Amino acid sequence: MVLLQRPHILLLLIDTHQFLQCWIAFGSANEEGQQQEEFSEELLVKPLPDHKLLAHFHFQSSAPPSTSNGCHHHLFPKAISQLVQKFRVKEMELSFTQGRWNYESWGGFDPISSSNAKPPGVELWAVFDVPQHHIDASWKNLTHTLSGLFCASINFLESTATYSTPEWSFPPASGNVRYGTFPCEAVCTENLTPWLRLLPCRDKAGIALLLDRPSLYRGFYHSQRLHLTSTESSSEGIDSGIILEQTLTVVLQPNSERAIEVHASEKHVQPSWSLSSIFGKQVSGRCVLAKSSSVYLLLDWGLVAELKFPNKENGKSAANGLTSENFWSNPSFELSVNPDRIFLEESSSHSKSLSILYMFQVEKYSESEPFDIGLMWKVPVAWLCQQTPLHASRFFMGSGNERGAIAISLKSTQFTEGFMSANSKDGSCELRVDVFQVVPWYVKVYFHSLRVFVDQQPRAVSDFIEKIHVSPSKDKMSPGVMEVVLKLPCRVNTAALTIEFDKGFLRIDEYPPDANQGFDIPSAIISFPNFHASMVFLEDDSLNRSPLLSKFQEKCPVMSYTEVLLVPLTTPDFSMPYNVSTIKCTVFALYFGSLLNVLQRRVAEEERFLKAKAAKKTGRLPLLLSKLSAKLRGRRREPLHSPPSSSSFINSKLVLKVILVAGLAVGWQYFFS
Amino acid sequence: MAETKEKSLSDEKPKPRVRPIVRLGIFLISHSFHVSVVCCTAGVLALFLLPVLAKNTYISENALMPGSASPMLSNQHVSDGNRLVKDLTNPNSKSSETGIESHKIIAQYMLDLGAEVSFHKFHPQMNQFHPLHFFSSPDSGKIQENYSCSSYGINTVGIIRAPHGDGKEAIVLVTPYNALKSGFGEALSLGIAYSVFSLLTQVTWLAKDIIWLVADSQYGEYAAVAAWLREYQTPKFSSLSTPNAEMCPDVNNLFELKGHSISGSKFSNSFRRAGTMASALVLKVRDQNEQFEDTISIYAEASNGQMPNLDLINVVNYLAVHRQGLRVNVEKLWSLLNSSWLKSLGEIFESLAKVAKSLYPKWKFGIPATEYVEGTATLASSLYYQALGVPTGPHGAFRDYQVDAITLEISPKFSLDKVWRNDILLRGGRLIEGVIRSVNNLLEKFHQSFFLYLLTSPSKFVSVGVYMIAFAFLIAPLPMVAASLYVDANSSSNCSKGDSSTPSAITDTDEHSIAIRSWRWLNSAKLVFIVHLWGAIVSLLPYFISQIPDCSPTTSFMIWVLLSILSLLTLNSVLASPLACAKATQEKEWALVKSVTISSVFIGLGLMSVINFATAEIGALLMVPMCLLAQPLKLDVRAGTLRSFCRMICNLVLGHIAFPPAALFLLKGMLDGFGNANVGDFWMWVESLWAWNSATYLFIVEVTYIFSHG
Repeated sequence: MVLLQRPHILLLLIDTHQFLQCWIAFGSANEEGQQQEEFSEELLVKPLPDHKLLAHFHFQSSAPPSTSNGCHHHLFPKAISQLVQKFRVKEMELSFTQGRWNYESWGGFDPISSSNAKPPGVELWAVFDVPQHHIDASWKNLTHTLSGLFCASINFLESTATYSTPEWSFPPASGNVRYGTFPCEAVCTENLTPWLRLLPCRDKAGIALLLDRPSLYRGFYHSQRLHLTSTESSSEGIDSGIILEQTLTVVLQPNSERAIEVHASEKHVQPSWSLSSIFGKQVSGRCVLAKSSSVYLLLDWGLVAELKFPNKENGKSAANGLTSENFWSNPSFELSVNPDRIFLEESSSHSKSLSILYMFQVEKYSESEPFDIGLMWKVPVAWLCQQTPLHASRFFMGSGNERGAIAISLKSTQFTEGFMSANSKDGSCELRVDVFQVVPWYVKVYFHSLRVFVDQQPRAVSDFIEKIHVSPSKDKMSPGVMEVVLKLPCRVNTAALTIEFDKGFLRIDEYPPDANQGFDIPSAIISFPNFHASMVFLEDDSLNRSPLLSKFQEKCPVMSYTEVLLVPLTTPDFSMPYNVSTIKCTVFALYFGSLLNVLQRRVAEEERFLKAKAAKKTGRLPLLLSKLSAKLRGRRREPLHSPPSSSSFINSKLVLKVILVAGLAVGWQYFFS
Repeated sequence: MAETKEKSLSDEKPKPRVRPIVRLGIFLISHSFHVSVVCCTAGVLALFLLPVLAKNTYISENALMPGSASPMLSNQHVSDGNRLVKDLTNPNSKSSETGIESHKIIAQYMLDLGAEVSFHKFHPQMNQFHPLHFFSSPDSGKIQENYSCSSYGINTVGIIRAPHGDGKEAIVLVTPYNALKSGFGEALSLGIAYSVFSLLTQVTWLAKDIIWLVADSQYGEYAAVAAWLREYQTPKFSSLSTPNAEMCPDVNNLFELKGHSISGSKFSNSFRRAGTMASALVLKVRDQNEQFEDTISIYAEASNGQMPNLDLINVVNYLAVHRQGLRVNVEKLWSLLNSSWLKSLGEIFESLAKVAKSLYPKWKFGIPATEYVEGTATLASSLYYQALGVPTGPHGAFRDYQVDAITLEISPKFSLDKVWRNDILLRGGRLIEGVIRSVNNLLEKFHQSFFLYLLTSPSKFVSVGVYMIAFAFLIAPLPMVAASLYVDANSSSNCSKGDSSTPSAITDTDEHSIAIRSWRWLNSAKLVFIVHLWGAIVSLLPYFISQIPDCSPTTSFMIWVLLSILSLLTLNSVLASPLACAKATQEKEWALVKSVTISSVFIGLGLMSVINFATAEIGALLMVPMCLLAQPLKLDVRAGTLRSFCRMICNLVLGHIAFPPAALFLLKGMLDGFGNANVGDFWMWVESLWAWNSATYLFIVEVTYIFSHG
């Protein structure tokens, strides 16, 4: 190993030398092509229909196959590359999310939402490039490493009861996937800071400067994601090239000042905003290590259709004539900064309108002249984002601590109806829906009770379920996994899946500290493999492609997550162990006491002893005592011999005496106090 | 048995020690008469001591932190609420016959706040009595009926999603509203809820979703809330059963309304849900009020005596008293407040406490007599409502789904002043805000404080550990008396046998006869079982009677009585005929019958105390003396002494009083005067009890058995 290390050190020296050179003449570095580590930073801003604003930060670092520079990197975070090499991770995605993505008003059919809308808490999946029997061990180590890296409780995902092995419904379909979620993780700055540390400029320069913690966490949705793919193929012996994609998606309210909204006339005007007003900071130039640094403003095609650009038809026909001033000087809104370029979406599947993307180069700006775009709305606009073909929601049915049912209800969004019918080329139009549902073991799902309702009619399961894969849960070992492929008719209005379950019991040490809150059931994933969310923007130079835009072009299936459910389980009274132990001790004492008593007793000897005692003459005081005791005993023995009325005579005398003494004492106390 | 033991004991001169516990048991059994008198008195006394023993409430769950944050509800929100009140009370909005207009107004207001709005239309579902569904959970299998278009209600539901929350939990705010004939109070309650709602759309501390349910109360508040909850918890996916309300033009009209609204995606006619409900508040404002200050009444009793967690009541009480300066009321039996005997009892307790305090200064259990009277009145009403098993408000529907809920009824001192209205909106709103904020703070569901308690005042309670003592005293004599009766019956039958048959010594030792004798109780058990069977049949009868159409309560009651007598006769002739013959020969058998009955009553009461304490307590008060005194009339008549005559009179009186119709009649007579009591009332009462699947019904049946024994 030592021998092997040497060249690396040498290489490092060379590299640092190179790096310095690169650093001095950064422009020349780009020309070296794919051999160079690259970093790019981008920000996409998109107004949302419900007066909110989506900001999507996209940082991408890529490292070439590491033979070129050993295990050392200039830009690429070493922690990540080590992790990839150690655990042979082929692809991995980790997301920390707070809040819920509102599929109804923020849309679900665009690349941003289908890949960045994540379930609350932590979600982690990874594909490993190791033999089957090593995967679980690698996963375990990976969770611990990530947990340390991101200050999060990802290590809880190590136990086999928390993660699952999706067979085919999960997008990177292969047998080496492990998938786990931890819905109750609270996401905060302590998770963001290590995430930022992976960036070459951290949050000290460039677009990341905008990441002001208070304004980020004030938002309605906050999801930081880390996606890495290693383009390694071990069989060929070529070492890995890694692409690390870090995104942060936040939904913010541009101005929360109510005063503006009160006026009825301005109620529906979208709030105007600028980067400095929402983040409280401005961008003073790019991160010098970044290859490209740009800010985009995306106007959804729904919005574009509403805005009625004066030369909409012209724009469509002459899509290449992007220099047209009309696209950014519009009567309904005004941009504070002139965009450097305008992209128009290439004709997409929906033909109603085309999205517009304004691009701003951050390179032009500096400390003295910081970059700050703003958008001023002049007239009220209302539009709808394109939604997923079916809106999914999941809920519990039933009540009580014994059993219940999980229902996943799918509702057709009228918005895409026309689109779907247009999509169906052949006569039998079918809509394929994949459902992936992981259920913890303490929710004992009965898979035979799966029922399908289509358009409010109970239907046979086999009519609509094309494929189903079920792996039942094992107590304390593995969660139950259900993967279903539904084939629904396109014209479907509503569909529902219900499945019944019994609630299980946990051992007392298996309860979390806040057991009375209930237990989370992670989100189900509803994906529509027939639909692909992609946005293709016309770009003239394919060489200098922006990673964000090329990401948009990738055809990723439309996916949506359902709500996290909270199932209240029976919880013991946690002071119970104490009670139980006391009762147990009492019972044991009684039992052993009487047992010993019986074992020890010798009847004959006792009799002899009693006889001897009776025969023995005693002194005066013992006689008195024995008399008294005989009286006491007699009181109890008496009723057996004679009717109670006679026996109570002695009794009442004694009781009277006692009462007299007590009364005297009370009276004494009463009068002399 | 005892005799043989005694014999063997007396044989030996030096007596070996009998185990003290056995001795104690024998002692108690042999003195069962005295013991039972003492225990019963102690039980009743302990019941009356409960208000004295009540403890002050305290907030047990630390996370609640009521009142730690200053209220954020400002005059801005109040004026918003006022706007809604004005719009609703505006005569123009009431022009529509179905009251849809006001629902539209409410929905529009909710939409303007950015909440998600949906309408839930429902058909009021009559509570159907089903004898086999006593303890089952609220079922979704509802009885299908053909509804007409005219009979449906519309609940308006607004949901605020917590900006940072994960949507796992929700808090429900319910305001019953009858659009057709809404009083000013209902509009005011909507105004309060709206002002809170408008505040909650802006706050950042929200962790749980907020659901505001405007329940259409034209078919009763409970029905509307229960219908919504049923849809929330156990929805039906198949529409075969539900009628097509879409056919009705009015409803269509309603749903078309918001199609063109600016935030169209926020509105949908589909049912919307949030997560698991953490707790629910029902808010009402009473129209008329004769009080001198603003008061707020808390109603907590749900079906079958279930209570919400005490912490919820504590939070409301704390915030109302210490923050908003409202007086808090819990329901009382008003008729008890003026009773002189209770007052004198209170005075006795007070003076006793004084003496005790002078004896030992640390004994401070006394409370003033007036407080005692009030506490007893509150305790009695809370016992009564828990025993009745009928929820005291729409909150009862939530408890069926294990959601803690209470009804708050604000009764302001009435004046039409605008300042006054603003004041009520502000204080009521701040109270609701405070409660919601406290519940929002909760990380876990309510579990820290008590679920089993009786309130003696809004800030005092009697916990299960204390009130069970009274009950235990009351039922303690039952097993002893049963045992002593059993022993007596065995020994006396031995004697009688010895007298009748000459070779006594041989037969007594004969194992076969001993075996027969020791199994003889089975005969009486059979008799008791038959009577219980008859009781069960009687209790099932009303279900069939209620199927008969067009019956006035009086006639159906008559039918019931007739049928039950008929069934008794048939049962007697079919099943009990051999036993009846045997009974004629063995008159001593009654002791065994009584012993078996008493033990079955003991078991029944013990079980009932776990299910519903109040029912068991009241049942024990009625049944224990009756059980202990019961004696065949024939024997008493034959004996002819004064004592047995007294006992006979007692029996007859008790037997009649404890028979439920008679008890109800007497109670009604005492409360309202005898003039307006009616046999039909009992039918109505029983009918209302089925409707709520009340456990009380079971109790009534049980009482009926005992009566038949007497």
